[in-house]
Amino acid sequence: MSDIVLKTENLTKYYGGVHALEGANFELRKGEHVAIMGDNGAGKSTFVRQITAVEQRTSGKVWFDGKEVNFAGPIAAREAGIETVFQNLALADDLDVPSNLFLGREKVLFNLGPFSILDRKFMRKATEAALIRTAVKIPNLSNTIRHMSGGQRQCVAIARTATFASKLIIMDEPTAALGVQETMQVENIIRTLKANGEPLILISHNMRQVFDLVDRIVVFRRGRIVANLRKQDTDGNDVVSYITGAKTGEAELAA
Amino acid sequence: MAQTTHGVGGLSYDAKKRTWPAEFNVFLALIILVGAFELIGRVFLGDSFLFNTRANVDTIFNEARLQIIILQVSIVGIIAIGVTQVIISGGIDLSSGSVVGATAMIAMSFAQVATVNGNPNPKAMFIEQGWTDLPVIVPVLVAIGCGLLAGLINGTLVAYTRIPPFIATLGMMVTARGVAKWWSKGQPISFPTESFAAIGKGLMPVIIFISLAILFQLILSYTRYGKHCYAIGSNEDAARMSGINVQNHKILVFVIAGILASLAAVVLSSKNLTAQAGMGVMYELDAIAMAVIGGVSLSGGRGSIIGTVIGALIFGVIISGFTFLRLDAYYQEMVKGVIIIGAVVLDQWRQRLRAMRA
Repeated sequence: MSDIVLKTENLTKYYGGVHALEGANFELRKGEHVAIMGDNGAGKSTFVRQITAVEQRTSGKVWFDGKEVNFAGPIAAREAGIETVFQNLALADDLDVPSNLFLGREKVLFNLGPFSILDRKFMRKATEAALIRTAVKIPNLSNTIRHMSGGQRQCVAIARTATFASKLIIMDEPTAALGVQETMQVENIIRTLKANGEPLILISHNMRQVFDLVDRIVVFRRGRIVANLRKQDTDGNDVVSYITGAKTGEAELAA
Repeated sequence: MAQTTHGVGGLSYDAKKRTWPAEFNVFLALIILVGAFELIGRVFLGDSFLFNTRANVDTIFNEARLQIIILQVSIVGIIAIGVTQVIISGGIDLSSGSVVGATAMIAMSFAQVATVNGNPNPKAMFIEQGWTDLPVIVPVLVAIGCGLLAGLINGTLVAYTRIPPFIATLGMMVTARGVAKWWSKGQPISFPTESFAAIGKGLMPVIIFISLAILFQLILSYTRYGKHCYAIGSNEDAARMSGINVQNHKILVFVIAGILASLAAVVLSSKNLTAQAGMGVMYELDAIAMAVIGGVSLSGGRGSIIGTVIGALIFGVIISGFTFLRLDAYYQEMVKGVIIIGAVVLDQWRQRLRAMRA
C-alpha cells in the first residue's frame, strides 16, 4: 500500500438516472504515468471530477497518499496535492502568467482577508523558476494569456501544476486543441515530469501519444473500467477493441 | 531598431511592442476633447475653454471651470467606482441610481434639525421620537447600512439564485425606488444638521470622489480581492476551479458597490440640503457609461478605476463644454450617447488590432 499514490474502490457517480461512472477500481503507484482512454461519454472526465472533488461522488471510496480521503471540494483536493489541468484550461484570459499560476492561492505580504496585499515579486520569481523547471518557453510573463498561442496557454496550465509541490498531476486531454509543434512541447513537459518521478493521470484520445508517454492504459466504457493494460502487453488494436466494446470484461494485469 | 528583452526559456520579445495601457487612449481622448472645445471657443467665441482670460484673476487656468468639470461628475463618479468593480467581475449593477434615492431619503431623515428659525422643523420625520440633531455619524452609518443591505441582496441573488445580474439589479432598481417614495410618502426631507451639510459642501464631493478612487484603484491592483475581480470576470469557471470562492466574492463586490452608492447618496443629499424620492434617476446608466468610456469591458475582466475616473472627466468636459459654447442641454445628451457608442466601438477596434499583432 505504501507505494500507491491513489486508489479508488467502487467509485460511482449518477447524474439523476444516468450512470456516468460505476464501480471504478483504480490504482496509481509512485512515479507511474497512467493513461485513461475511452469514447466520449465513457466516464473518463467524470472519474477525474470525482477524484478532484469538482463533483461529489454518489458512492465509493478514495485513498490518496496512504489515507482515505473525502475532499469537500477542488480546493481541498488541491491542498492535499492533486493538481489538475482541465480540458477547458481553467486560465483567466485577462490575467498575466504569474497571476494565472497563483490563481486562487495568491502569495500575500499581509493578510487582510480579501484585501490581503499580494506579494507580486515573489510570485513572478516563482513563476520564472517553475517555467524553467518544466522547460516552458514564454516570451513575456506580463502579457495576458489572451495574447498567447494555444500551446503557450496549455504550457502555462501545466506549469501551474508543477509550480506547487504536487503529489499527483491529472491532465484532461491536454493536447486536444493543439498543433503538431505545440503538442510536442506539451509532451516534452510530460516527459520532464516523468523524469522527475511525478505521477500522472493522462486522459487522451491520441493512441500514439499514449503509447509514447505512459506506463499503463486504463480503458473506460459506458461508465465502467473495462481494461487495465500494461503498455508492453498490449497494442493499439487491442486498446481500440476495448474502447469500442469488441473486447469486453475487465482485463486484469498479470500479477 | 527593435529593442529586445529576454523572456523565459530563451525566447525574447520586443519591449517596444508592449502596448499602451488602455487608460492612455482614454486620456488621449480626453485631451483631444478639451482641445476641440478650446479651439472652437477661440475661433467662434473669442474665449478660452481651459485658460483664464480675465485680467482681474491671477491664474493660468480657468479654475472655476476646472472645478465645475470635476465637481459635477463627482457624485456619479463615486457610484461609478463601485459599478466598475461589478463590471470587471463580469456583472452589471442597474440598481445604484435607485439605491441613491432610497438611501438619501432614509439617511436624511436621521440628519434633520429639531428647529428651523425657532419653530419646530416641519419636515422632521422623527421629531416625536426625538431623533433630531443627531451626530453626523448616525446618518452616515444609516446610509452605509442601506447600501450594504441593497448590495447584500443584489449579491446574494446573483451568487445563489443564478439570476443574471441584469435582472437581479433591475428588480432592486424598481424596489429601491419604491422604498424611496414610500419612506416619506413622497414628501421631500429637508433641513439637515450643519455637520451633515458639511459633507457635500464646496469641493468636498471632489475630495471624497478622488480619495475613494485612489483607494479602490490600489485595492484592485494590489490585493487578492482585486485579482479575483479580474479572474472571475475573465473566466468564471477557471476561477471556481482554481478554488476562488466565486459566490462570496460576488456578494462582496455588490456590497462594495452598494456602499459606494450610499456614500454618493450622502454627498448628494448633503450638497442639495434635501432628499427627494426622485434623486439619482439615471445615475446607474451614467455610471456604467463612465466606466465603459473609461475602457472597462462589459464582458468583464478588463478595466480600471483610473480609466473610469478619466471617463467621468470626459463626461464633465462634455457638459461644461456645451455650457461654454452656450449650446442647449438637449445636445449634451445626444452627444453623450454618441460618445458612449464611439468609446465601445473604438475599444473593440483596438482589441482586434492588438489580437492581430500578438
